[in-house]
Amino acid sequence: MDILHYTDEHKTFRQRLKTFLANEVTPHVDQWEKDHIVPKKAWQKMGKEGFLCTWASPEYGGMDGDFLYSVIVAEEMAKTNHTGLCSMLHSDIVVPYINSFGSDEQKKKYMPGCISGDIITAVAMTEPDAGSDLAGMQATAEIDGDEIILNGSKTFITNGINADLVIVAAKTPAEENVYQAVSLYLVEDGTPGFKRGRQLDKMGFYSQDTAELFFSNCRIPKENILGQQGMGFMMLMEKLQQERLMCAIGGQAAAELILEWTIDFCKKNTDAAGKPISKLQANQFAIVEMVTEVKLGRAFLDKLIAEHVAGENVVVETSLAKYWITDLDNRIASRCLDLFGDFGLTEDCPIARAMRDLRVMSIFAGTNEVMKGIAAKFMGL
Amino acid sequence: MDFKLNKSQKEIQKAAWEFARGEFDKEVIMELSKEQKIPDDIVMKSGELGFIGIHYSEDVDGGGMGLFEHILVCETFCRKDSTLGSALMFSGYAAECILRNGEKSLKKKFLPQIVDGQLTSTGAFLEPKQGYDLSKVSTTADPNGDDWVINGKKILVPCGNTAGIYVVLCQTDADANPSTAGMSLMLVEAGCDGISVDNVSQKLGGRMMPFADITFENVRVPGSNLIGKQGNGYALTQNFFAENRIQIAGQALGTAQGAFDRALDYVKQREQFGRKLAQFQVTRHKLADMASKIEAARYLTYHAAWCFDNKKIEAQQASMAKMTAARTAMEVTDEAIQLLGGYGYMTEYEVEHFFRDAKQAEIFQGPPTIQKDIIADSIIGKLK
Repeated sequence: MDILHYTDEHKTFRQRLKTFLANEVTPHVDQWEKDHIVPKKAWQKMGKEGFLCTWASPEYGGMDGDFLYSVIVAEEMAKTNHTGLCSMLHSDIVVPYINSFGSDEQKKKYMPGCISGDIITAVAMTEPDAGSDLAGMQATAEIDGDEIILNGSKTFITNGINADLVIVAAKTPAEENVYQAVSLYLVEDGTPGFKRGRQLDKMGFYSQDTAELFFSNCRIPKENILGQQGMGFMMLMEKLQQERLMCAIGGQAAAELILEWTIDFCKKNTDAAGKPISKLQANQFAIVEMVTEVKLGRAFLDKLIAEHVAGENVVVETSLAKYWITDLDNRIASRCLDLFGDFGLTEDCPIARAMRDLRVMSIFAGTNEVMKGIAAKFMGL
Repeated sequence: MDFKLNKSQKEIQKAAWEFARGEFDKEVIMELSKEQKIPDDIVMKSGELGFIGIHYSEDVDGGGMGLFEHILVCETFCRKDSTLGSALMFSGYAAECILRNGEKSLKKKFLPQIVDGQLTSTGAFLEPKQGYDLSKVSTTADPNGDDWVINGKKILVPCGNTAGIYVVLCQTDADANPSTAGMSLMLVEAGCDGISVDNVSQKLGGRMMPFADITFENVRVPGSNLIGKQGNGYALTQNFFAENRIQIAGQALGTAQGAFDRALDYVKQREQFGRKLAQFQVTRHKLADMASKIEAARYLTYHAAWCFDNKKIEAQQASMAKMTAARTAMEVTDEAIQLLGGYGYMTEYEVEHFFRDAKQAEIFQGPPTIQKDIIADSIIGKLK
């Protein structure tokens, strides 16, 4: 019995997406991994086929899909075993800020491009000295006549090089209460004073253009403030819930994928006597244990998705899911690699990339330590 | 029982640390790792200073010391950098087969160059479609006049693309029963007619030691290249694996220690939520766990090396040390990444490559299931 009810429309959509990814993404992944970036054209293709911002209003060119469409895209993208075309961040994390908090003018200006893939977005919260501790951010925004002047630096920004539009969190220096000092601002590519720094070398996420961003007397028009002045922290806290849920969804799909590869490998590979290694008792138990964990994760996650769709308060469960499933990813990747043996140490084996890519899941969108801290707080501990 | 290092061991440790501090350049290591190359000049320098052949006998220009002293160098080098450290310690991979079993003339011909860092070696054991099971090998060496003629394919040979000599496990008697009794080790020089090297792999960890496949097609080597006695190849391979597992344990130990050092430095200076990370109880406990695991792995590894030097080694001790030290390295490097947060994932902060190298240590020379099979065989013995 399924917890989530996917309709025929959902299933057709998933099938269409799978075909699209098999033709337009998977064949290019190795090249993108080498290039350390995904061409913007790939984003546009995805947009053209209706796979970006599936929830968006038809008014802007969207298909008004429910959250399950976002789930489908996140899952299928995870199965491409690459992270460069980070549509999940764009569609289900960044653009929702514009949709929820943007003015009519802002929405009219940006939403159609976000849906078509002509505008790639990023969100810039993290700073060199303020990671999971957002209140520690230093970037400033000062009003000067009809303009706002941004100063500061941001780091680990996903889609940082490709981004055409960045949502930047910055503090108003005059405001002493840090929780009321943060506002969000829309900064377009090409704005004087907005520079991209290095593309960061990482353990994994090779095709993902994670970068540093610098703002130096970067002037933007006053109307580029997103939502209300001083409400930045509240907006971030609200939207981070879905961001963490998306991490759990991608992470769950990745764990299922890795396990599928591993089971397949163990059935097909033999010892010198020709016996498949899936017949070894220790390997069987290892696989059975991992399948159990993955199925538990799936049941917990699907219930959480249903609750999220129903609009319930799922702060605690989201924190638990993000931490447990991303830890599961690391556990499963390492244990599955053991079964692949030396072949798993080579990049010819997909598990090597998966292991490198997945290691960041327990860190970004708030480390798992922060997740546990949030859960403890909301559990009244 | 004396748990202290003696004076000369302490001096070796200090010399290895000073060498690594002076010669291991972070930028160079990052660059060469990407290209999957080892810095030849550092291999030669560490050879000249006696680090590579510290456990080789003096008659081949070695240091005349034990595996214990070699482990100290492994640990110290890998503590400074796990990728370069392990690659340096693998520059003479499998040459121990020659050292422990070879004829005097064979030793004299090749080992002084290995010790000097002028020549690198590797071992070719695994074959396609049989996992870690060496109970049968398809690579054959047949006598032909005074020579041996080798045919077959070996896979996943570390540094197979750069090593100057290979130690190759061959079947020399097809009729032997069990077939392991008909195996022999052959020394083959790279570049001989009939050798082809391909499929050089990009790797997850141990990036200065790419794997390659080596195919032998009527490769002719002199009769004197037989290492040890004919028919002894399987046993000598197992002995070598035990020795190498202790070496890998030493490398894993240093890998864990190096990641721990970096994480400790970081949490003492990084502030979040108005406090140093080192002031959070969970951070403190993570460090306590990491340090405890390293300590446990250290004594197991040191003890295995000591047993080896005192001729009291049994296969299970080497496997226990390797499995435990590598698992420790995985757990400690993983936690180090987590403590460094986003920075931990960035190449610049190094712990990410310690983590990848830890995985190499955990898998290479047999993943945990293989080590457990060996340990179980040994502790259960023959059932009536």
